Amino acid sequence: MTVPHTIRQDQTEGSHKGLSVAGLCKSFGPIRVLTDASFDIRPGEVVALLGENGAGKSTVSNIIAGAFRPDSGTISWQGETYAPASPAAAIEAGIGMIHQELKLLPDLSVAENVYVGRMLTRNGIVDRAAMNQNASVQLRRLGLDVSPDQKVRTLRVAAQQQVEIAKALTLNARLLIFDEPTAALGSAETALLFEQIRKLKAEGMSFLYISHRLEEIAGIADRIVVMRDGRVVARHQTADIPIRRIVEDMVGRSVDRMFPPLHPPAERTVLDVRDLTSQDDSFQDVSFSVRAGEILGIAGLIGAGRTELVRAITGADAVSAGTVSVDGEVVRLDGPAAAIRAGMVLVPEDRKLQGVILDQTIGENLALGNQDHVASSGWIWPGAIKDFAEKSIARLGIKGRHDQPAGKLSGGNQQKVVIAKWIARPPKVFILDEPTRGIDVGARAAIYEVIADLARSGMAVIVVSSDLEEVLGLSHRVMVISRGRQRGILDRAEANGVAVMELATS
Amino acid sequence: MSSHMSEAKPATATSVGDMRRSAAAFLFAGSRGPLIGLVLLCLVLSVSTDTFLTVRNILNVMDQITVIGIMAIGMTLVILIGGIDLSVGSILAIAMMVMGYVGHPDYMNLSLPVGILAGLAVAALCGLGSGLMITAMGLPPFIATLAMMSVARGLANIITDGSQIVGFPDWFTSLSIVRHFGFVSLTVALMILLTVATGIFLKYRATGRNLYAIGGSPEVARLSGIPVRRLTNWVYAVCGLLAGLAGVVLAARLDSVQPSSGLGYELDTIAAVVIGGASLSGGVGSIGGTAVGVLIIGVLRNGLNLLGVSPFIQQIIIGVVIALAVATDAWKRRAK
Repeated sequence: MTVPHTIRQDQTEGSHKGLSVAGLCKSFGPIRVLTDASFDIRPGEVVALLGENGAGKSTVSNIIAGAFRPDSGTISWQGETYAPASPAAAIEAGIGMIHQELKLLPDLSVAENVYVGRMLTRNGIVDRAAMNQNASVQLRRLGLDVSPDQKVRTLRVAAQQQVEIAKALTLNARLLIFDEPTAALGSAETALLFEQIRKLKAEGMSFLYISHRLEEIAGIADRIVVMRDGRVVARHQTADIPIRRIVEDMVGRSVDRMFPPLHPPAERTVLDVRDLTSQDDSFQDVSFSVRAGEILGIAGLIGAGRTELVRAITGADAVSAGTVSVDGEVVRLDGPAAAIRAGMVLVPEDRKLQGVILDQTIGENLALGNQDHVASSGWIWPGAIKDFAEKSIARLGIKGRHDQPAGKLSGGNQQKVVIAKWIARPPKVFILDEPTRGIDVGARAAIYEVIADLARSGMAVIVVSSDLEEVLGLSHRVMVISRGRQRGILDRAEANGVAVMELATS
Repeated sequence: MSSHMSEAKPATATSVGDMRRSAAAFLFAGSRGPLIGLVLLCLVLSVSTDTFLTVRNILNVMDQITVIGIMAIGMTLVILIGGIDLSVGSILAIAMMVMGYVGHPDYMNLSLPVGILAGLAVAALCGLGSGLMITAMGLPPFIATLAMMSVARGLANIITDGSQIVGFPDWFTSLSIVRHFGFVSLTVALMILLTVATGIFLKYRATGRNLYAIGGSPEVARLSGIPVRRLTNWVYAVCGLLAGLAGVVLAARLDSVQPSSGLGYELDTIAAVVIGGASLSGGVGSIGGTAVGVLIIGVLRNGLNLLGVSPFIQQIIIGVVIALAVATDAWKRRAK
């Protein structure tokens, strides 16, 4: 797929009073997350910023909002060079960001939230009357009927979002960055938000609008910028673009990623999940099965319910309905210990918080999941830990010593420690959630190799990933989840980026 | 600690050397700083007083630290899993009062051994109560044990309406007085035995290692299949039990029990554990370190008394020692 023809030189670049981003680059440690990102937002314009998870959208918006500083590149805003040192500086300059996770204080009133950190005072006393007065002016401007006295906790999510917008308005924001504003909104609430955006737009405000709901983009955006792998890959001068075309831009084509060859799975079903529904409604009625030697990919947007699903299957979170069986036997889902005994193990999403204990040595981390091996009598000798750790280190090619703290390892090696923790049992079902998140491209190939090996040895493997290419390259089949619902299971032959993204954004 | 040592050693080091190193590392893991502090403290006191370095005085110090020493074992377990127990002083008191009430001739008179068992059982139940408040009700350990501290103190007072019970059999008081083999009383022996046993438990039992895992990251531990809640309940129950045992030891030393016993002991105990290198955020610490911490507090008190320093100034000095010990620990960590 060729993309360059969609990048047109913007005639007015730099000459308007809006925001102009030129050549932004940013790396976190050795990982480059943003390369030469450039685009414009003119006054009174809504620009949609689209891309897969990890494409660099959040990094760009965080730079504009002052949370990160770029390694190189420039931004101009209202005709002047703009380099905010902090979110406060960005707000001062008239740029606000409404985060997906709302940053409100639930036990303070609406007015207090609007004025937090800059409470109005009279003679040194907080002037509630003035704050309530001003806050309600802004709330009315948004067409919102809530009392400024009300505690934020008592408001619906949509109303809380409005409070954030009202706060930005009292800060005289001229550019608002929305990060997935509609992710938690119903259609009526979305319509209200759009109406407000149009109204503010008519007053000359600009918006950078990040969303995964592609179908709503045409209704709100004036132009579209698409990112992939930290680069801007397309700038469409109108939002009236077929969704399929946008998805193609977002997904792109694989260039140099190597995935190990897949072996055909056995006939025998190992894992069977029936009508599983979570207790907190993060997913509903999920049913699928995985055969021995098969790798099932689970794709979907962040927040779609993928992580919640695999955590529930492995007993980490509670379910309200449904069953999970391993080798035909129903597993009692009352905690990770029971799931582990049944042969299901999870390499969790957040390696540093859930996978390894950073202060403990590799050996101690490995012993944690393998006490039947290293401490079958209940006694655990340092020699046994060492022998076990050295075997695992050799088996997975971990670069580290058994007595080295896990926190000193690179991400890839930490991930191998988490995998090694489970491999010796051996498990029947091996589930990996975002196995290569935050791991450099070079080290990923080694993880893929390990995952393919797990399947080859006859385990049923599930890989959850936001990296589309990874899911497609690794899996025999791909299940797509969107907003807590299973949207389909695609065979390897029919699974391609466009098909998956269409389901994932449905 | 051991990793530093193995880094420094030549590749040809013998396994005997390894074992000796790992034995030393085991006893005082993470407590090299406090250990040096203790040695320096002893040197200074030996030089500046005539009486510090005498057998009699050293035995005296051992007797004095027994109560805090036994409580500090339980507190180490609690702090290792990332918790805190403010109720140990009150639990000590309630265990003493139950023991006296059940065992003393003036009250229930069910014989002293039965009284001791009853006191220990109540202490363990109080600890379990704290554990359940944390695991079942979701209270933060600070709050749960603060509540237990108040409840247990109140119950201790109710038993005899605030009055003390005096006079126990000779065999009981002699537990802490008679020095067997010329140097060790049974209560001191008990403390040493419990310290070593807990040290072995923490180092060589899978369950002991699991406590470190819980303190290091409760979520990692849970996802690894460790029964975090059950172990948490156990740890608080054991901490309560040991506080009760410390109460029995204190009763033997005083030949009496009173409901106001152990006021403020929880803070001394926590101080000893923290001086010994344990981290209040959990996952770091050792029994060897705690033993050193207990000794530092005991030796410091004893030495300051020998030097004739007023008790008020002693409080200040101990406060400064706590701050310095933890600050050096924090500096070391940052330097790493």
